[in-house]
Amino acid sequence: MEILQNIGLGFETAFTPINLLFAFIGVALGTAVGVLPGIGPTATIALLLPITFGFDPVTSLIMLAGIYYGAQYGGSTTAILINLPGESSAAVTAIDGHQMARQGRAGPALATAALGSFFAGTVGTLALALFAVPISEAALLFGPAEYFSLVVLGLIASIALASGSVLKALAMIVLGLLLGTVGQDLVSGTPRFTFGLRELYGGLDFVSLAVGLFGVAEILRNLEGNITRSVAVQKVKNLWLTRADFRRIRGPVLRGTGLGTVLGVLPGAGHVLASFVSYSVEKRVSKNSHEFGKGAIEGVAAPESANNAAAQTQFVPLLTLGLPVSPIMALLLGAFIIQGIVPGPNVINEEPELVWGLIASMWIGNFFLVLLNLPLIGLWVKMLTIPYRFLFPAIIAFASIGTYSIGLNAYDIYAIAFFGVLGYVLIKLGNEPAPLLLGFVLGPLLEEYLRRSLIISDGDPSVFVTRPISAVLLLLAFGAFVLAVLPSIRRKRDVVFEEES
Amino acid sequence: MKMHGARKDLLAGAVFVGFGLAFAITASTYEVGSALRMGPGYFPLVLGSLLVLLGIAIAVKAFVAGEGDDLGPVPWKAGALIVAALLFFGYTVRGLGLVPSLLVTVFLTAMAGRNARVIPSAVIAVSLTALSILIFVIALQLRLPYVGPWLEG
Repeated sequence: MEILQNIGLGFETAFTPINLLFAFIGVALGTAVGVLPGIGPTATIALLLPITFGFDPVTSLIMLAGIYYGAQYGGSTTAILINLPGESSAAVTAIDGHQMARQGRAGPALATAALGSFFAGTVGTLALALFAVPISEAALLFGPAEYFSLVVLGLIASIALASGSVLKALAMIVLGLLLGTVGQDLVSGTPRFTFGLRELYGGLDFVSLAVGLFGVAEILRNLEGNITRSVAVQKVKNLWLTRADFRRIRGPVLRGTGLGTVLGVLPGAGHVLASFVSYSVEKRVSKNSHEFGKGAIEGVAAPESANNAAAQTQFVPLLTLGLPVSPIMALLLGAFIIQGIVPGPNVINEEPELVWGLIASMWIGNFFLVLLNLPLIGLWVKMLTIPYRFLFPAIIAFASIGTYSIGLNAYDIYAIAFFGVLGYVLIKLGNEPAPLLLGFVLGPLLEEYLRRSLIISDGDPSVFVTRPISAVLLLLAFGAFVLAVLPSIRRKRDVVFEEES
Repeated sequence: MKMHGARKDLLAGAVFVGFGLAFAITASTYEVGSALRMGPGYFPLVLGSLLVLLGIAIAVKAFVAGEGDDLGPVPWKAGALIVAALLFFGYTVRGLGLVPSLLVTVFLTAMAGRNARVIPSAVIAVSLTALSILIFVIALQLRLPYVGPWLEG
């Protein structure tokens, strides 16, 4: 059994003291930023990316991944206790979770979220372990044309699955692709859009872009108005579920896990979509559907399982194809690159310890999360009392030092300011920042694959449709695009996103 | 006030058209080449033009539909202070060194808060600088000099 060997190798790697420690630090930090509104996992990972530069690649990725799924967890805690989802995927959990808390059942709600997440995280991790090898083997057959089509599919699908205007999301992707072209052209060495500055020859710094777009722009958004937080939290007591509760959550957890596992692989906000969809499904199939919105335990179990399963399977495209499906995966891709690892189907063969160690660490991390969250719930709630006026200067300070320390390049700091303002303006004008980051990361790949394919085919663009895999991928991309713009489906999609929010 | 509401999307369209034009025009000054032998200008020229079209489409749609929300408040002072703080850090961190540069940066940032006052902001600056040194220089061993050549006379 090759898979058992792989998982064994993974646990061997993940169980070294240093990796355990950093998995713990990662999930603890993740829980913290998930709890705190005003700073999310995307900004946190961007901020910490520079620090991990000196770490071992496995250790670095274990910690960064921990921040990501830890934040999913922390977000649901605040969603339940104070009706304030720290993370977008926890927005659905707030509906019934907070009602449960108001009825004095915060304990069972938190326990349901924790157990559902743990179960889903375990299944998601297993799915990741099972599919990683076959997918990466299939991907080894890909040439530049297939990769080009795959990137196109990833970009288009990320629009189709996001909420909001399709045109704007497309424009953000294209702007991201263009920003990705800044720097020396790979083929000819010609500097592009560098204003003659040598410092820009290597391209715009990815960390600066992420920190500006998700950190600084978010600060400016928060400084628009007063952040008022009510921290009137009832004491959480009695974390145990009754036998009846167990019976009620069994189905939703299983269905939520299944949906999340599948939807997580999709580009865009797979985990957000998963939590919304699973909630709608439960609302339809549950015999307690009249209780939904009034504190139904199913309404906590399903979305929490779904988003956690999805958070794990989001790693499938990243680890097997080198294709990030969300901004956070894009940041982790950046972490690979910083560590000198070329992401793609070869990673799993060349760096088995890295991939399997990361996978195993996620299971361990999910276990830590149960320990961290249930007994220590009071501590996390206390964090909410940290005033924002301490928080945002800290973000700016850490962002400046962290970013500067990577390249000792003042222009990276100027870039943070630039992207902070640009990000703020774009968000203010109703554009989601995520597609821009995806475009920025995938832009150089897209151009390289495009140019390589056309050189191989002697400039014949039909290569993208005559090669079968590439043709199928493009067809899927086209299908996703049609789905995104068709008015009837758009309306349904908006309903899924807005119904419960 | 139909026009007022649509302004957000019109502005968004204008931003995209602006960027698209800037990239496309600059790209056309590089060697564009052909589909067979793409020059460095080819890819950005195509994308820049596409962005212009998308920007126009967003603006036209906004104009026709005339819907959208109000822009809401803009934190001008906070934005200016934070940008100034970042530029200051970038410009002085080498010359002044980490400690003085970070003190000023954090102070400027803290002043961006609502109803921020000088003394509390100074306290935040001192404590965050100390914390940063502890994390980055002492714990993570980043080699960033505390005081730079400008101050060593």
